[in-house]
Order: sequence, then structure tokens, then C-alpha cells
Amino acid sequence: MNYNWNWSIFFEPAPGGTGTYFDMLLSGLWLTIQTGIFAWIIALIFGSIVGVLRTLPSKTAYWIGFAWVEFFRNMPLLVQLFLWFFVLPELLPRSWGLWLKQMPNAPFYTAAIGVGLFMSARVAVQLAAGIASLPRGQKQAATALGLTTFQGYRYVLLPIAFRIIMPPLTSEFLNTIKNTAVAITIGLIELTGQARSMQEFSFQVFEAFTAATVMYLLINIVVVTGMRFLERSLAIPGYITGK
Amino acid sequence: MKHRHIIGCLLAGALCATPAMAQELTGTLKNIKDTGAITLGFRDSSIPFSYLDDSQKPVGYAMDICYKIVDAVKKELKLDKLEVKLNPVTSSTRIPLLANGTIDLECGSTTNNAERQKQIAYTNTHFLTASRYVSKKSSKINSIDDLKGKAVVSTSGTTNIKQLTEANAEKKLGANIIPAKDHAEAFLMVETDRAVAFVMDDILLASLVAGSKAPDDYVISKDAFSKPEPYGIMLRKDDPAFKKVVDAATSALYKGGEGQKIYDKWFTQKIPPKGLNLNSPMSAELKNQYAKPSDSPDPDAYK
Repeated sequence: MNYNWNWSIFFEPAPGGTGTYFDMLLSGLWLTIQTGIFAWIIALIFGSIVGVLRTLPSKTAYWIGFAWVEFFRNMPLLVQLFLWFFVLPELLPRSWGLWLKQMPNAPFYTAAIGVGLFMSARVAVQLAAGIASLPRGQKQAATALGLTTFQGYRYVLLPIAFRIIMPPLTSEFLNTIKNTAVAITIGLIELTGQARSMQEFSFQVFEAFTAATVMYLLINIVVVTGMRFLERSLAIPGYITGK
Repeated sequence: MKHRHIIGCLLAGALCATPAMAQELTGTLKNIKDTGAITLGFRDSSIPFSYLDDSQKPVGYAMDICYKIVDAVKKELKLDKLEVKLNPVTSSTRIPLLANGTIDLECGSTTNNAERQKQIAYTNTHFLTASRYVSKKSSKINSIDDLKGKAVVSTSGTTNIKQLTEANAEKKLGANIIPAKDHAEAFLMVETDRAVAFVMDDILLASLVAGSKAPDDYVISKDAFSKPEPYGIMLRKDDPAFKKVVDAATSALYKGGEGQKIYDKWFTQKIPPKGLNLNSPMSAELKNQYAKPSDSPDPDAYK
């Protein structure tokens, strides 16, 4: 291969005058982390609500949950972000649309909310599966104790269901972080975006993307370690998730 | 001994053959001769340089120049038949695909600058373009100073966004610079009022405006962020034999009248697929370049 390797490129000043290429990638990494965490919080909140809705005895609740999940998971994430960013403001009344468009940091909020809602569908399905995997006796015991449905979920079902789905939730968290890369389509210059800029400016493609790969790997290792620690500290001896 | 016989033949063959060949072929030329094929990299939406027409065939000004180069290579290698393979490239894939030998020439609209020349080589410049901005006539942006405090978009990773960032700091415009993923999306931002102006190479702006829903709504600025910068066709670095052939071919094309004809075909007449006309006659700088072809990355060399 006829390629001019130059690993010291990271310490050369980037055009734009804000520092070296390495600083450029770091600022992208920081934006990726922020977007990922914000999106994950949204995914957890909405995913939990919708997941519970899907297991309630009420038909209406079930259908709302069903519609939510099918809407968000059956459309490619790229298309969803594009719709939120470019199409939604055009459908609103003109003054609202202009307000949305002129909001500072619009790509950041759109990306975090868009990725968050997309991932919430996946969290919902997993939580519903977690609740369904509990023995029926648990719910009946809660009712027999005189707990309301809300209390039954809050004190009996959800604490165990969340423990059961902890391992798949870890991978959903990782997916959330990786999915933020799609946000370059709406102009959020996060880690992947910065790596692309770097390769356009310097033409050192492989160095730029190697560095981005290593950075993604590092964040994900931190997340996996953290989640494993959390899993262990929450385990209850005697249950399927405890030892 | 069978082996010795073969080796003997090979040695004799080599000895006999050497004087007949003018010189040993190396690099890309050898590769083309061995495989009987040359691979051109094309862009899918760099109108009018290299893009797909309505039958999904790559066409354009840079493609036409590349086909002329192919003819010259065929003549140089004295081949009866040279197969032309076409391979799509994007701004992210063009360097790796050129470096690993997938494509031999990149026919598109790649800016030639000194930093990039550390990685690849360019043949003679085929176009010069300055960085300008497009805005809606209704937003009344008459000069760069009018961009003060406004949202301005440019495509991320381009030399244009770099010039915009510099001008923003230098002139204290305080403009909010939004990076977009590609040209189409950046233009969409102006179309939907997310930004008041889009800073890009003027020729690309002209093609975006010509292809938009309401071309009359837009105006391209007189003010420029840069001197006209050169576009070049990329080839692999450190391959002087191939570069010599390619340079000779493009030089002959530009100096003869044929280059001008190809230029007129793509820039002053209707082009497929929608019958747009870019109405961009050749600039004084490009006329100079045609008279005295050069591959210099320095804009001042083209005055």
C-alpha cells in the first residue's frame, strides 16, 4: 500500500486555530460522552414507562406501549434524526418552527432526544420481557398483601425485573453511545465527525479513525466496568441474578 | 533437469527481452499493463465534475478529462485494448482506495493544497474556485460583514469551513458557524432557514442553486473568503512514470482546443440529468492555467 503514515499528526496544529488535531478529537469525544449520557437518561425514563405499560392488564396501556415501540424501532435511526431535525420544524406553525430552528445547540438536543427515544423502544421491550419472566406468584403475592398496582410494580416487580435485565441494559447503553455517531447527519460534530474533519484536513485517514476507534473502545470499557460493578453491588443473594 | 531448463529459459528470455523494452515499467503503469485495466474513482454528486446521470452512469467534466488520460495511457503502453473500471468514492474513502491500489485516478473536485500533497499527488489543475456564500435574496446579506451574529453553515472538514472560521475570528463577526455533513445538507439548512448563508466553493454553490426548487430565490455573494483555489485529479504519490504520462496528457488537452470544448460542454451548456445550465464561462485564472498548465497548490501561482 502506498500510504504515508504519520503518527505525529496528532500533535500538529489543526486548522481552525483551536489547538492540535488531538484536541480536536478530544472535543469530539467529550461531545459524544455528553450526547450518549443525555440520550441514555431519556431512554431509561421513557423505556421504563413504556415497558411497564406493555405489561399492565389494561388494553389501552398495552396498545400505547405497542405503538410506541413499533414506531421507534421500525424506522432507521438515521431517518428518525433527519425527520426530527429537518421535517418536524416545517410541520409546526411557522413561529414555533423558527424558534426551534434558531435554538442554539439544536443539533445536540435533537441528537440526544432522537437517539434517546429510539433506544427507549429497545429498553421498553427488555423491561417488559424482564417483568414477564418473573413468576406469576410475585404479582399475586403483591396483590394479596394489599398493594395497589403502582405499589406492586414499585416495590415487588420492578426491583427484580431491573436486576434481571442488567446485562442486556449494559449493551443497550453501549449501543446508545455508538449510535450518537449517526448525529453527524444533522451537523453534530462528535467523535466520528471530528475524525472525518481531521482526515479531510490532513488526509491522514487511517490515523484519524484509529484514534477514534481507540477512544470509543475506551469509553465502552469504562461503561462495561461500571455496569458490572453496579450489577454486583445490587445483586441479592438467593435470586437468579445473585450468587 | 527440468528446473534448470526452466531457469535457463527465463534467463535467456530476460536477456533477450531487455534491449527490446525502452525501460522497465514500474508502479501504476506496470500494474495497468499487467491487468489490462485502469480504475477511475468517481463521485456520485459533484456536479458538474463527476456525478451520476439518469442512467446511473458517472459523467462530468473531470470524467471526460480522465477518459482522455486513459487514451494517453493506452497509447503509451501500446495496448490494443484497455478496460476502464469505475469505482465510486466519497470524500472519506478516496484516500484509502487510492493508497491501497483500488483506484488509479480520482476524478472529482478535490482541492489541491500543500498539506494534502504530503499524502498524494495531483496532475495539472482542471478548475479554480473561490470560497463564497449563498443566501436567500430575502435575507438581504450583501457583504461578509452582514453575516455578523447570524447562523452560517458550511460543510465539515472542507477548506471552506476553515476559511470561514478564520474570517469569523479576524473580522469579529461573532457568527454562529454550523458544520453540516455534506453539501446537500448544508444547502438544506439555508433552504429551511436554519442558517442564513452557506459558505462553499462558488461553482458548487452555482450547481446547488441551479438544482434547487426556486433558483431565483438565491444569490451568490460577490465577496469571497479566499483566492481561487485549484482542483486537481489525484494519483498516487511517488510514481513519477505514471504522473509524467498523466501530466503530459492533461497538458496537451488544455493547450490544444479540446480542453476548452470539454469545459464549455459542462459549464456553459445544458447538462444531464435535469438540463441545468451553470452559466459559468471560464475565469481569467483558469484561462492562464490552460495556457500554462501547472499542478501547484499555491493560489498565487494562477494569477
